[in-house]
Amino acid sequence: MKNKKNIIYTAIAIVVYLLLFALVETGTASRQMQNLIVPVLVNIILAVSLNLIVGFLGELTLGHAGFMSVGAYAGCMFTVSCNLPVYIELPVAFVIGGLTAAVFGFIIGIPALRLKGDYLAIVTLGFGEIIRSILNSMDIVGGSGGLKGIEKSGNYTVAYVLMIITLIVISNVIHSCHGRSIKAIRDNVIAAESVGVNVVYYKMFAFVLSAFFAGVAGVLYGQNLGILKPATFDFNKSIEILVMVVLGGMGNIKGSIIAAVILTVLPELLRDLADYRMLFYALALIIMMLFSSNPTLVEFRQRIFSRSKREVN
Amino acid sequence: MALVDIRQLGISFGGLRAVDNFNLTMDDGQLYGLIGPNGAGKTTIFNLLTGVYKPTDGEFYFDGELMNGKTPIQINKKGIARTFQNIRLFSNMSVIDNVKTGLQAKYHYSMLDGILRLPKFGRMEREMTDRAMELLKIFDLDGEAEQLASNLPYGKQRKLEIARALATDPKLLLLDEPAAGMNPNETAELMNTISLIREKFKVSILLIEHDMSLVMGICEKIVVLLYGRVIANGIPDEIKNDPKVIVAYLGE
Repeated sequence: MKNKKNIIYTAIAIVVYLLLFALVETGTASRQMQNLIVPVLVNIILAVSLNLIVGFLGELTLGHAGFMSVGAYAGCMFTVSCNLPVYIELPVAFVIGGLTAAVFGFIIGIPALRLKGDYLAIVTLGFGEIIRSILNSMDIVGGSGGLKGIEKSGNYTVAYVLMIITLIVISNVIHSCHGRSIKAIRDNVIAAESVGVNVVYYKMFAFVLSAFFAGVAGVLYGQNLGILKPATFDFNKSIEILVMVVLGGMGNIKGSIIAAVILTVLPELLRDLADYRMLFYALALIIMMLFSSNPTLVEFRQRIFSRSKREVN
Repeated sequence: MALVDIRQLGISFGGLRAVDNFNLTMDDGQLYGLIGPNGAGKTTIFNLLTGVYKPTDGEFYFDGELMNGKTPIQINKKGIARTFQNIRLFSNMSVIDNVKTGLQAKYHYSMLDGILRLPKFGRMEREMTDRAMELLKIFDLDGEAEQLASNLPYGKQRKLEIARALATDPKLLLLDEPAAGMNPNETAELMNTISLIREKFKVSILLIEHDMSLVMGICEKIVVLLYGRVIANGIPDEIKNDPKVIVAYLGE
């Protein structure tokens, strides 16, 4: 049963990659669409990693763009200042970016042990903004003008591999005893402690792992775009990722993936509508939200997809 | 040596003396009842014994070891498990995952085993599933193993909480009003279950309960609490006829 599931997922992963390969290499997809592939994959990594904190640990954070920017700058500074062959340079950059972000995840995890809900949200929001202002005023990394001259080596294959690694690691963690501990903390901290779950350790772990992948996504973003600007990693970016997680369903990895794809592609598709773009974007968000949580619509949807059983997490 | 040895345990919240001069010794395998009117301090004592509150005075020895100042996690590791008055399940997790969370300390594998799905992961998870199913079977919950814990009826949620506590392999089990909200049939069934787990798990039980038929029916000894002080301690027949207890419950 479990093996069958794994085979299906592997098959889907391969088919999707071949599809991307075909679209890009044959030139079927427009340039606009091709440029969208890596951002979509970056957003999937961000949404899935944020889901670990918001959906599985049950803590609201608004500083995911902060982790992303820290990782992005650390990793891209490395590739800019080193002149190694790309197949060595890139993996090392991802590790550096991830680890730097993980360190910040640890630092942000400390208040998270004491704060709950809105208060933690405000602290993490502040963290994101502080990081952005510091980057803005740091001349070594280009200040507000941005870090330029990054080699554009983060193509869609690299991005796809990273996304798959992220999905495997996070879903394996969730479906292990460590993931159960994280979910137990979300459901009831006092009961979790009473059966011996180390709350401090697992909260920290969730923050560090989540930040690590946000950092990796940041490096990927920079290596794909060729330039990093502090303004990109503002409050709106954090909200954008959070919306993906909420829309896809808290604690639902598949949902995060779908929401990340739709919410990255949708604004581009709506570009033709010019002035009405944001109107339709908002409308689409409301419809999706209704579709995923309105009881009548949920029932309707379940009747249609009655074969696909709801996953118990 | 006694399994539980509590000496002059007490706690104050500001000016309120919630528990005062509480003494109790329990032997291996004993079933002790803890009763008293609402607000007498029964749950506070549970919270003191499990490390949720730190006692302001007195000592608590468990298995010959001083437990004062230990965290709930450390105390659980030493072999004390509890249930809660207002049920605290992991409600968005499946029934079997609730029990497995309790089993984790014993069937542990590292983060790397989990992420890379090394052989140890599969072995431990299999053993954990088997053990969890055994436990669920005892409580007649094996049919609902994959359901969400919050979808269980009330009586079964209480049972699941006991199963989860037993999963940590305790020497002492603290049950906080296990029969609250149950009908007489369910209470009778619970009494059987409690007797059964005593035999099967060789565990000592300290039980808070308002249902007198249950307390008098299964407890070997009973301690009565009033305003944080012990007013009586003895076998059920003594307690039933103790004038102080009757006054505490019925008034003069």
